[in-house]
Formats: sequence, C-alpha cells, structure tokens
Amino acid sequence: MGSHSEIIEAGAPPEPHHMDSTTAYHAAKLGMWLFLATEILLFAALFAAFALYHWWYFDEFHHASEKLDWRLGALNTAVLLFSSYTAAVAVYAAQIGDNKRIVKNFGISVACGLIFLIIKAVEYSGKYAKGYFPGTDLWSDPNFAQSYKNYFGIYYCLTGLHALHVIIGMSVMIWVITKARKNRFSGRYYTPVELGALYWHLVDLIWIYLFPLLYLIG
Amino acid sequence: MGGHQVVPDANGHLKENNYLNCDKSIKSWLLTLDHKRIAILYLVSILSFFFVGGISALIMRSHLAMPQAQVISPDLYNALFTLHGVLMIFLFIVPGIPATMGNFLLPLMIGAKDVAFPRLNLFSYYIYVVGALIGFVAIINPVWLIDYLQGMAQGVWNPLDTGWTFYTPYSTSTGAGEGWGVILMTFAAFVLGFSSILTGLNFIVTIHKLRAPGMNWMRLPVLVWGLYATSVIQTLATPVVGITLILLIVERVLGIGIFDPAKGGDPVLYQHFFWFYSHPVVYIMVLPAFGVVGEIIPVMSRKPIFGYKAVVFASIGIAAVAFIVWAHHMFTSGMSAFSAAIFSALTFGVAVPTAVKVFNWVSTMYKGSIRFDSAMLYAMAFVFLFMIAGTTGVYLAVLGVDIYYHDTYFVVAHFHYTIQGGAVIGLIAALHFWFPKMFGKFYNEGWAKFSFWLLFFGFNLTFLPQFVLGMEGMPRRYYDYLPEFSSMHQLSTVGAFFNGLGYTLALLNLTTSAIWGKRLAPSNPYNSLGLEWQCPSPPPHDNFITPPVVTSGSYDYGYPIEERSKA
Ligand SMILES: [Cu+2]
Repeated sequence: MGSHSEIIEAGAPPEPHHMDSTTAYHAAKLGMWLFLATEILLFAALFAAFALYHWWYFDEFHHASEKLDWRLGALNTAVLLFSSYTAAVAVYAAQIGDNKRIVKNFGISVACGLIFLIIKAVEYSGKYAKGYFPGTDLWSDPNFAQSYKNYFGIYYCLTGLHALHVIIGMSVMIWVITKARKNRFSGRYYTPVELGALYWHLVDLIWIYLFPLLYLIG
Repeated sequence: MGGHQVVPDANGHLKENNYLNCDKSIKSWLLTLDHKRIAILYLVSILSFFFVGGISALIMRSHLAMPQAQVISPDLYNALFTLHGVLMIFLFIVPGIPATMGNFLLPLMIGAKDVAFPRLNLFSYYIYVVGALIGFVAIINPVWLIDYLQGMAQGVWNPLDTGWTFYTPYSTSTGAGEGWGVILMTFAAFVLGFSSILTGLNFIVTIHKLRAPGMNWMRLPVLVWGLYATSVIQTLATPVVGITLILLIVERVLGIGIFDPAKGGDPVLYQHFFWFYSHPVVYIMVLPAFGVVGEIIPVMSRKPIFGYKAVVFASIGIAAVAFIVWAHHMFTSGMSAFSAAIFSALTFGVAVPTAVKVFNWVSTMYKGSIRFDSAMLYAMAFVFLFMIAGTTGVYLAVLGVDIYYHDTYFVVAHFHYTIQGGAVIGLIAALHFWFPKMFGKFYNEGWAKFSFWLLFFGFNLTFLPQFVLGMEGMPRRYYDYLPEFSSMHQLSTVGAFFNGLGYTLALLNLTTSAIWGKRLAPSNPYNSLGLEWQCPSPPPHDNFITPPVVTSGSYDYGYPIEERSKA
C-alpha cells in the first residue's frame, strides 16, 4: 500500500490495492443492497409488533391514531417524495460528470430532510402539549389506558428510528456534496453518489409504509 | 508493504516479510487492514472470553458437585450462568469460526488479496471490542464495585442475572444493577450484532465479487459455502434481534408496554422475536464448523469429497430452514396446538440436510487412505458428537417429548453437544489443521493428540450424564438439587475438569508452538489441492505471489492431473 499515493486525478476512481475499480464499484453496490436488506428487517420487527397490537387493541389504536394530524403526515410524504426525485437527478448528474448539479440536487434533498424533521418536531411537541408523551402528567396517570401508551410507544419507536435514518441519510449526502464541490465525480466514478441516493430512497420508502399505517388505517 | 521482497524457500516457507513480521509495530497491528491480522486479533479476543466463560462453568460445576453444597450464593450462581451464557454465545462462538478462520481463510481459498471491504472488516472488529466492553461493564456492575471499594455499598452485589436470553417480563423488572445491568447488556448485544452483520455482509460481497479466475461457484471449497450460508443468516436474522433488544431498552426507560404483560405488552412476542434470531444463530455457530470438517476429511482421507453438490445444497438448505423453525423453543409458552404441530414438523425438516452432511463425511472416509493427525481426530470427533447432538435434537422436536424435556438438563446436554461438540470442536479442529499455514510452524503432535483424548473423554463425561439427569427430571438453571441426582452431577463435574484441562493443554500447545516453535512448516504440508495451501506459509501481505488461476475443483484427489479439470 502507500506506494501509489500520488495526487488523485479529478474524476478518476480510487484504485484499492486488492481489486480493480470496476470490481470495487460492483462490490460497493452489492454491499449497499445487502445493507438496505438489513435495514428493512430492522423495521420489519417493528411493523410486526404494530400489526399484533393493532389486532389486540383494535378500538384503542383507532382512537389513538385519530390524535395524529394526517395533513402533516401527508405534507411530510410529499416532501420526502420530492427529495427522492432530486436525489435521483443527482445520480444522473454524476453519471454525466456534472458535479455542480450533484451539489444542487443533493442540497435540495438535504433541505427537504430538514423540513421533514422540523414538521416531525412540530408534531412531537403537539403530542407533548396534549400529554401523549412519556414523562407527562397524563402519561403517568393510571387512568390513561395502557393500550394508548402502547400505540404511542410504537409510534415513537417507528418514527424515531425513521428520523434517525433521515439524519444519517442527510449526513451521507452532505459528505457527498463536499466531495462533489471538489469535482471528485465523473462518468467513470460516481459510487458514493449512487449509494447515498439509494440509501435516501430507502428512507423515503419506509416512510411511504409508515404514513398510511400510522395516520390513515389506525 | 508492496515494496517488500517476498522470497519463500524451496519448501514454500516464508521467513521474512510474511504477514506476521512485515511490520512489527503495535500500531501496525491495531490499525491493520490485512484480513489475516484481523483474524489473529479476533482469535486472541474470542479465546480470552472462552477462557473466562470456561472458568465460570467450572465454578458452577464445582458448586453442583454436592447437593446443598452452598459453595457459592444463589445470586452469584445466577450471575455465573448469565456470565457463562453471554460470554460463550455473544463474545465467543457467534464471532467464532467466521471472524477468525473465516477472515483468515476466505480470501486465500478463493484466491483474493483481501476481503471486499478491508476497512469495514477492521471497523467490525472494533465494534466487537466496544460491545464486549459494554457487556463486561453490564455484567459485573462496576458502579456497585466502586461504591463497595469506597465503603458506601448498600446490600449485596447485584450483577446481571437474566440468563443470556433476557426473557421478559423478568428482564424488564429485575433490579440487577438498578436496571442498568439489563439495559447495558442488551445494548452490548445490539452492538455485537452490528459487528456480526457487517462481517456477514463483507463475506457475501467477497464471495460474489472477488473469486479468482476459474473459481466458479461449483468449485468453491465447502468451507466457503459454509461461510456463505452463515453470512446470509448473520445479515438477515441479526437485525430482528437488534431491534428487539432496543425495544426492551425503550420499554424499560420510557415505560411503554411492548413485552411486559403488566403494561399491556406481550411476552410471547419477545420470545418470537428473540428466537427468530437465536435459532438461526445456532447455524451461524455450526455451519462454518461443517465447512471445516468438510475440508479436513477429504485431505486426510486422500479422496474427493463425497457428493460435493449435496454438501453445498445441504448448507443452503439448512440456512433456509433455519428461518422457519424458531417457535420450537416455545412449545410450553402458550402457543396454539396447531402452530406448535407445524413448527414441530418443520423442525424435523432440519434433520434431512444435516443427515445428508453426516452421510457425505462418512462416505468420504470410506475406503480412503486415512491419516490420523490430530486435526483429523477432531474432525472425526465432530462427526461422532454431532450425530448425538442431531438425534437428541430430533427427540426435542417431538411435541410430546419436548413438553417433558423442556427446561431440563436434557436440553442443556443437547445444546452443548451441538455447540461445544460441534462449533467449538470445529474451531479447535480448524486451528490445528490450518496452524502450519497461519504461523508457518508445526505444533507438538503428541501433545495435540493427548489433549484431544483428554478433551473428548471429559466432554462426554460432562454431558452424557446430563442427558440422564434431564430424563430423570432435573430442571436446568437450578441452584440446588435432590440427593438422588448426586451421582450423575458428580460424574458431570469430574468430566468438566477433564474437559477444561484438555482445552487448556490443546491451546497452550498451539500458543507455545506459535511463539517459540522451531519446526518450520512448508507451504503445503498435507499435499492438499486447496488454493490456500498454494501460497507461502505464513502468507505474505498480499497472499499470492502471482495471482492464481483455478483449473480444477478443490477435492479432485485420485484423478490424474490432466483429468482434474473435467471432474
Ligand atoms: Cu432452535
């Protein structure tokens, strides 16, 4: 190693010592798909728990879900869908070697992620004000139905874990943006752009399942 | 390191600039991206935990040598079996063969220079270290210890006492370490799971993308197939237990009812999630051991492996069936008779691919020219012990029998025949077999055989009586027992010490030979056709001096060279 640590030519793929750059591209992509599979399974257990308790506490889940504002949820869905579109455009821009367009489109996606988190925070604080939040007086009130807590408990787990993924996705895209500003990508090398966008699509996809489950059918 | 001269001697021994001595600084070891060095780091770590876990077992067995012995307090006993289970499962045998032998051998066996993502590999190791540290803190409850040392401790020591399964509602209500014990330990298991996922992912990509020219799927060594099946399970099952453990923490911290019935949760849901991972995890432990044995037996019998394709598809079959049998751990947990019957029937299905494998190993030896080296003795012991493990597993799959045997010593004995007789013996067999490649030296064969017999005798003496105890109705995890169980418990205790001594001698032999051994190993001491034996011993940093091209299968013994590629 280290023997070929000369200056990297703009847009050239890095050459790892143990494989050629084409193999590296395909390996990275396969690795990312496997990682996305593990992410889906991570959420799958939560979806299974939601399905079970939805069945156990049908009426309570119905009432509890009416406390959510579906309009905010729908707005967030639209925001994420749009951000996924700009992420896809960023990949196209990378393939034609347009680093400026990567910066612009990933920038929009990151901004959308931020808007999503702000709206989510507004929702959480609304719940807190009404007492549907761990630690409030209502929450510790023994008359407050356990099954309500159960609904909100799973709601916070699902949306909290998803929000964490939004933050991770945004961080990845910001990292890619800093590289794109140095004109790092070209038609020959755009692996990080593609993988970052893939991850962001997953974050979007999970929300597309969460929204009807939590806001609409409850 | 690319600049170093790599010149092996005529036998293929590489004295200078091998992966062990090309850079001697501590930093080069701790920050290494070389899969072979990472394997050594893992090896040192997991064997240390194996040692501590073994000591805790010996303390328990000493306590159980007599009824009403009261050698240790009941609380300490509970803490010890928790410590034993957590260390042996999460820190020793789950990383076990894949992280050590897999890391070392996988790139060599497929003719690659390294795994696909070397940085991720090192990262996985450090995640493992962090998880191990958190786990240790969780178990020994150091907050109390510090208080105790300052003379401020209240009451008695309160270490983690949930057992390695963390069943709810006990784990959501026990006061071990004021609840922090459980929270930290489950978090540690989550972190360790993450390490396991990343290793599995790395191996899958490596096997798909980095095979040398000519190494097609049906030429892959069976160990590589074993690692592939293992990695698939690691990648797909671990996330489920990960989120389950996080939910356990959330339940405790926020008071939300998910698994605790007092809060409106469902403890059986916890068991479903837990066993959805923890049944397949048994195959994470044992599938690589199947692979190890599948490598040793053909070489030592000088015969092609019998039914290569059957071995391969049995590995894939076991990995697939692994995902649909988990509820056989829950027949007494209040599931419907209908679903219990289904899970019982599916569990019988596991016996088919495993029996195919046993048949393959035995048929490979049949009429072979067998060398009884210590590695081969371990491999044969594996087949013998695994047959006992497998057949008793079929007993336990029978619904009516399981209701009786559930939570008795019978299960303990079955489990140890599978995991110790299978996975641990597999790891020890692998260490003996590939030792000349890993360290470029030979160990003392006499000592190796002596410790093998000690270990084999001790193992059976420990666990055969436990089958009897279980049939007589001795429940597991109990601190004390009725006098009529004494003789079997005593046999078991004596056996445990022989077993422990056997492991100690075997590993001491390997360690001293690795450090001070004088007899140098050639590149291919067994005349194996495996690719890993074609590079120097120990291998240089980049493994192969010239990139290998594969023209024949790994087990074509007994064919003339010109026929091999057609076989
Ligand atoms: Cu099982």
